[in-house]
Amino acid sequence: MFDLIIYTLFPNVGLILLIIVPLMLGVAYLTYVERKIIGYIQVRIGPNRVGPFGLLQPIADGLKLALKEVIFPAQSNLYLFLVAPVLAIGPALAAWAVMPFDAGLILATIDAGLLYILAITSMGVYGIVIAGWASNSRYAFLGALRSAAQVVSYEIAMGFSLVGVLIAAGSLNMGEIVVAQEGGIINWFWLPLFPLFIVYFISGVAETNRAPFDMAEGESEIVAGFHVEYSGMAFAVFFLAEYADMILISMLAAVMFFGGWLSPFQGIPGLEKLFSWVPGLVWLLSKTCIFLFFYLWLRATFPRYRYDQVMRLGWKIFIPVTLFWLVVVAIAQVYDIGFWFTEMEVADTLVQGV
Amino acid sequence: MIFQVINMSFALPEIFMMVMACIVLLVSAFMGKDSSSVSYWLSQFTLLITAFIIYLSISGTGGITFYGSYIKDPLSDILKLSICIINIFVLSYSWYYLKVRNLFNGEYYALATFATLGMLIMVSSTHFITLYLGLELLSLCLYAMVAMKRKSAMATEAAMKYFILGALASGMLLYGMSIIYGATGSLSLASISTAIQIGHLDNTVLSFGLVFLTIGIGFKFGAVPFHMWLPDVYHGAPTAVTLFISTAPKIAAFSMIMRLFVDGLENLHQYWQGMLIVLSVLSMIIGNVVAIAQTNLKRMLAYSTISHVGFLLLGVLSGTNEGYAASMFYVLIYALTTSGSFGMIILMGRNGFEADNISDYKGMNERNPWFAFMMLILMFSMAGIPPMAGFYTKLMVIKSLISVDLILLAIIAVLMSVVGAFYYLRMIKVMYFENPIEQIKLQAPIDIRILFSSNALLVLLIGIFPSSLMTICITIFS
Amino acid sequence: MQHLIFYSFASILLFTSMMVIIVRNPVRAALCLVLSFFTSAAIWLFLEAEFLAITLVLVYVGAVMVLFLFVVMMLDIAETPLQEGFTRYFHVGIFVAFVITIEMIAVLGASHFGLGILPSPIEHPEGYSNTKALGRLLYTIYVYPFEISAVILTVAIVAAITLTLRKKKRKTQDPADQIKVCREDRIRIVKMSVASPQKDNEEVES
Repeated sequence: MFDLIIYTLFPNVGLILLIIVPLMLGVAYLTYVERKIIGYIQVRIGPNRVGPFGLLQPIADGLKLALKEVIFPAQSNLYLFLVAPVLAIGPALAAWAVMPFDAGLILATIDAGLLYILAITSMGVYGIVIAGWASNSRYAFLGALRSAAQVVSYEIAMGFSLVGVLIAAGSLNMGEIVVAQEGGIINWFWLPLFPLFIVYFISGVAETNRAPFDMAEGESEIVAGFHVEYSGMAFAVFFLAEYADMILISMLAAVMFFGGWLSPFQGIPGLEKLFSWVPGLVWLLSKTCIFLFFYLWLRATFPRYRYDQVMRLGWKIFIPVTLFWLVVVAIAQVYDIGFWFTEMEVADTLVQGV
Repeated sequence: MIFQVINMSFALPEIFMMVMACIVLLVSAFMGKDSSSVSYWLSQFTLLITAFIIYLSISGTGGITFYGSYIKDPLSDILKLSICIINIFVLSYSWYYLKVRNLFNGEYYALATFATLGMLIMVSSTHFITLYLGLELLSLCLYAMVAMKRKSAMATEAAMKYFILGALASGMLLYGMSIIYGATGSLSLASISTAIQIGHLDNTVLSFGLVFLTIGIGFKFGAVPFHMWLPDVYHGAPTAVTLFISTAPKIAAFSMIMRLFVDGLENLHQYWQGMLIVLSVLSMIIGNVVAIAQTNLKRMLAYSTISHVGFLLLGVLSGTNEGYAASMFYVLIYALTTSGSFGMIILMGRNGFEADNISDYKGMNERNPWFAFMMLILMFSMAGIPPMAGFYTKLMVIKSLISVDLILLAIIAVLMSVVGAFYYLRMIKVMYFENPIEQIKLQAPIDIRILFSSNALLVLLIGIFPSSLMTICITIFS
Repeated sequence: MQHLIFYSFASILLFTSMMVIIVRNPVRAALCLVLSFFTSAAIWLFLEAEFLAITLVLVYVGAVMVLFLFVVMMLDIAETPLQEGFTRYFHVGIFVAFVITIEMIAVLGASHFGLGILPSPIEHPEGYSNTKALGRLLYTIYVYPFEISAVILTVAIVAAITLTLRKKKRKTQDPADQIKVCREDRIRIVKMSVASPQKDNEEVES
């Protein structure tokens, strides 16, 4: 028992911290970058007071939130009220377990990695629903209902678009999905799965309740939605969960459709050599940053959707599009059209002993 | 496991029906409000062609395909053919009913076609999973059809009861199936049968599973003491739907009990015989006695259904080929007669008036002697009076009981059919010897009159020449 | 270690399943159900059925129970009426539950389903993928039931829509229609002769 703790538990905790600490830092600086970028897009300067270029702003914000009082609304369900932020952040962090950062650099290599991510992220909605219900507030409840309906609807489109990826890669293992995209920018899955990629990313934006799909918060309609009653650290946890989810969705987009840790110059004679010293992690992170920038760009550009428009987009446009493209991908896979699709091992020995 | 070539041609009726059901669905979705007549004719066409396909394949070879989950044998052929034919009658009646009242759109026919598909699947399944899935497909359609009249509180209540008890019954059935799977290690009825035959199995576990299977089947059939939903559903549902529920699904239920108890668990006959005796005796007694007290014709027919289920189980529990043939003959005639009886209610009713009280039939003879006579045939057949078909069905069942020395059961059956005769004859008394309340002539279009007359005359015809259908039933089981 | 994990999950599963029926607040009951699904998924992982386990979480926890919770929260069921009749049927209920439990233990206990009769499953070799194995089974041996399930799901959605769809006049705007609007649809210029103020005055006076 003691050995077990020493040899398996401790190293694993260390690895987990190696993921979570940079992630938390990333979240902190994502808020900074968000304010800066949106500031520049709107011809403002953004935070520039705390530290050089305002670089210490996230730390100041964190301190402020930590020192604030957590207020418990009257008549609220205290236990669930406190459990809700935990339920929001838990899945947002747990999903990182199967993220392949580089060849072999992965916390848990499990065969059904993609399914695991889908299942774990789908649980994040409980945090929101319970928060809305336990707050005993009309606004919070409305926000929770909106969010639950939205997340459940977009999960389907998102799941289907990832099914396209797993058909193309022939595997559910995250590492193998990246390896299947080996061979330069045109070998990445964004090209054959372009409609799925678009659906995936937009659904990802909707899943994380970000603008223009932020009806769950809808400042101008329902004040702040599900977390209207939360303050201080309890609020900060929701905030962390939302941003961690954003980074997760962006990194998943990079892994699923843009070759993960693979270099974009693979297969180009001169450049491939020139950039071969760059570690895969850097490529993955820079791809992730591009998608994160899209998030911010979208937020600065588009007005909020109306609720029925969101539902129509999800159910009547995205789901049919993904279903259609799945058929296309399946046909391409079976008849070996194009060079993206790895040869599936044919039903070799049929299931034994049935 | 050897890779088998799946023989699709066996399942041609199901495949055709499924494709057509989807077409009916699409037509009713895209045509909107005025889709009902198109989807009606399409679904009738589907039934007709399916019946034709089945008829053509009757002489062909039978066998098992889809890795032991689909069977084509004489039993499945005949039952499927009769399901399709009965449903052609049923849909025609429903169409008239729905058209007059301007109810429901094309979805009704789409659901009816899907329900028929479910019955076909049930009839030719030799696997627990397919059997269960077919049953669920059928039940799901029926729940929705009962609930379709959304503004009627009674229909909603009926649908609610039907749904909850149906789900409970499905749960029981699944539990029983899983326990039997645990004991035999197989889901396919053929291998379960051989596993039991070889022996060394745990009979406690098997009979435990059998109890749950029996309860599930009892619920689905509506046998006492699992009959509570039946009168409410029959009464509350729109008559067209009651008609649908009370006819072809009973044939499918018969096939379910045959597949489960005879194909799969015949070696446990000594266990299930006792359970079925309890079910059938209670059903006959309670069904017949309570039916006497009813003033509503639909309710009365519901209790009469319960009593008929009791009779039907008698044939099965005798455990002989003769008994199975008798039950099959019984269920076929029962479906035909019931379709006529509910057809009469539909024929008598008009928009805003359901002729579902017995008093509505006072003086039928004066208002329309021909229809009164047709109804007389149907009621005589239900009561089991010669020379109607119903007489021979009861006769065959009782004969099969006597041949296995279940004399006491046979006596109860005879006594109960005498009790049952009382309320069928009361109906005839009301029609012939009481003065009509209203003098309005019956108004129904000619096609529905012909349909009803042919339905009733068919009962009479089979009664006079019962041997051909009887021979078919007997040859299937020999 | 494995035993420890198994028994802790199993006891959580039993506890939460009990709570589902005992707890009075329907929202809490639904949440307990979520937890029990989750723990049973964890137990499935011991059988190396990772696909089933994750799908259980994905479908039941991630979608079905969210909608369930949604409905329970919206209905806002009062807690007291649920207890009506509870005391009245309590004795009977306890008796029936007792008898059934005894029977279940007698039939499903170790004497009939013990390891001697049903040996524990053999561990799968390295590289075994539960997902692939299931996929192969579903699309070969169980293809017929698989297709029937598809039909059932279709029927379920058709039934649900038939029972709930109400044709209502919707207030939503159609952006395409809004863009198509041109000046002529909205403005009509009426040419009127300019009335001389003198004439008006005269009319007023007369």
